[in-house]
Amino acid sequence: MTIDELRRRVAEFLAANDPGTTDRTDFLRARYDAGLAWVGFPVGHGGLGADQALQPEVDRLFAGVGAPDNDPAANGIGLGMAAPTILAYGTEEQKRRFLGPLWTGEERWCQLFSEPGAGSDLANVSTRAVRDGDGWVVNGQKVWTSQAQNARFAILVARTDPDAVKHAGLTYFLCDMTDPGVDVRPLRQITGEAEFNEVFLTDVRIPDTQRLGSEGEGWRVANTTLNNERVSIGKGGERETGMIGRVARTWREHPDRRTPQLQERLLRLWVEAEVARITGVRLVQKLADGQPGPPEGSVLKLLFARNAQELSGLEVELLGEDGLRYSDWTMVRPTHVEFTGRDAGFRYLRAKGNSIEGGTSEIIRNIVAERVLGLPAEHRADKDRPWKELAR
Amino acid sequence: MSSAPDLDLLPSDVETALRKTVRALLADRCPTAAVTAMYDGDRSLAEALWPALAADLGLAGLLVPEAFGGGGASAVEAAAVLDELGRACAPTPFLTSSVVATSVLLSCADVDVAREALGSIAAGDRTAALVVPLSTGPDASLPSITETDGLLSGAVRSVAGVIEADLMVVPVRTPAGVAVHLVESAAAAIEPVVSLDMARQLADVTLDGAVGRLALADGEAAIRSGLLAGAGLLASEQAGVARWCLEQTVAYLKVRRQFGRVVGGFQAIKHRLADLYAEVEAASAAARYAAAALAASEDVEIAARVAASYCSDVAVHAAEEAVQLCGGIAMTWEYPAHLYLKRAKADQLAWGTPSAHRAALADVVNLVVGAPPA
Repeated sequence: MTIDELRRRVAEFLAANDPGTTDRTDFLRARYDAGLAWVGFPVGHGGLGADQALQPEVDRLFAGVGAPDNDPAANGIGLGMAAPTILAYGTEEQKRRFLGPLWTGEERWCQLFSEPGAGSDLANVSTRAVRDGDGWVVNGQKVWTSQAQNARFAILVARTDPDAVKHAGLTYFLCDMTDPGVDVRPLRQITGEAEFNEVFLTDVRIPDTQRLGSEGEGWRVANTTLNNERVSIGKGGERETGMIGRVARTWREHPDRRTPQLQERLLRLWVEAEVARITGVRLVQKLADGQPGPPEGSVLKLLFARNAQELSGLEVELLGEDGLRYSDWTMVRPTHVEFTGRDAGFRYLRAKGNSIEGGTSEIIRNIVAERVLGLPAEHRADKDRPWKELAR
Repeated sequence: MSSAPDLDLLPSDVETALRKTVRALLADRCPTAAVTAMYDGDRSLAEALWPALAADLGLAGLLVPEAFGGGGASAVEAAAVLDELGRACAPTPFLTSSVVATSVLLSCADVDVAREALGSIAAGDRTAALVVPLSTGPDASLPSITETDGLLSGAVRSVAGVIEADLMVVPVRTPAGVAVHLVESAAAAIEPVVSLDMARQLADVTLDGAVGRLALADGEAAIRSGLLAGAGLLASEQAGVARWCLEQTVAYLKVRRQFGRVVGGFQAIKHRLADLYAEVEAASAAARYAAAALAASEDVEIAARVAASYCSDVAVHAAEEAVQLCGGIAMTWEYPAHLYLKRAKADQLAWGTPSAHRAALADVVNLVVGAPPA
């Protein structure tokens, strides 16, 4: 499908659905049904089977007439991670049930993967899902769950076979967050706010129709999700966006605080940010060309994390006496996560998570060294033994 | 901040084929032992290699328009060649003659002597060099050859590619600025000097009443844009140097054993190599973006300086890591890592240091220091 054909469809849609008078939810549902939600998705699931690279133009056309959007920043896990995984592994019935309300934002999603004992070693999850009739009963504790308090559903990885080796005993589920056994507790972090939660699961019931992929296939399904996370965390955009844009603005707004020494550091980081952007552009072009992406997505995440951390540290120094102040330590639960939001101190502290979340930089270096460079794998004491026999 | 143009960063079929051809020729004709021999005064490799690349593959005039008998290719194809030359640490005057001198001559192309020169470069008959120190960046002051009664005099140190050149492109100081003259190499004293990178051996050039032919009376902009193109495309050579260092080191560390296991299996080593891989990937993207920007004449000022400053440092880092991680063997004359270390370190200064490029960027992207605090 060509860009002109898409433009024509958007124009026809807008003629039939006046964004000024149509109810927001009705408008978004209609846009989904017209295949203009994510044009790369299949017909019937919000798309037209078109090149996903054409999506920004479609979004631009809708934004240009002031049409309501689906507030993507409030549902990043849903749109960026749950949706591609449901598309890849879901049954037709699951895609029909979940993708529409996910895209419109009527149902937001969160991710129940990490646990206190399963961070970098994600396959070590000990949350148990036990078969019970036509469903499953789940017990365990999850952590680092952003937006759990606002989410209607969660993507969940749980252990269904403790007798299998650890990667083979996992299954992937779609969990209803309104189940009475789901207890969401805010997890306050070093910035003062609670962007994340701990989630306690006690006898949570999940029907088998909400299992995604086969029993025991959870690790493979989860990797689809995680690869999408790494790509979306590291993707390059316009020049001087993200942390470099914010810090460059601070530099321009504070001529009195500039020194040649700080300038040399800033220029070095500006160049590194620009190179990471270019690398991201090349990655997007490779993906559009059908070339595999994940190793380069990992490279970008490494570059992005270091750049954001050094820039945000530099900004605090640049601000001098103002860098010693902090906007607010009050515990709040933000609905929109913005790495470059609030003040310099917040940015500095929040950026520390960039090399931890979505795969620590150390784990990513292992992945690059082993899978890209072909160097020997780390010694694995847990490799060929049933999960239940491992020391924990 | 101005937005960056959309440039295609994936190699074309032409580029891929060209790269393959150059790589095959270098694998056959440019063994590292012959590069090492240049440090002991044996330049037979350089003398044989350039005719093969220049005439047999027709690379000498790659950037010369077809109307002047050249290949009519763009900076993107030149970048592919340079990347391969970097990988092989090949001693050729491609960068100095076919990129930098050619770029300056292209700015003079409405003058007969410059057109003739471009034609003979493209035919592989002549090789040219811009007579400035290799360390001259696009913003540096230019050397002060002067003209008296129509004859040129002065001395310029550390000129690259001039040993191989029979035609010199000479910046000449005039009351109004800088002119470009063409001077036969035979009219100058060219004294080769012992160089850090003997695979790009430098020479001191002295003119003492030499005859020059005026190619451009107001030539400063042409020289500076030629140097900027040189810096932007040198980034591809640097990306090639860095890629070789990474690949060679990974290959060696997969077979080198200590403590009963291969050294490449130690996590302290794996993580350094993974970081280096990230840098090398980013450097190749930055270099390719600069080449595409030069080819499209868009965003050149930023793209070339970003690539030059980033790739310069990555090549040096990659060569230093190659020496450190390969260990004792990399300190030997026999093992080729030192060739790449010397090339990378010399390249870091070539056509402007990373600091100089970053300082120039400050003005372009509005990150100036401005007035110091009161």
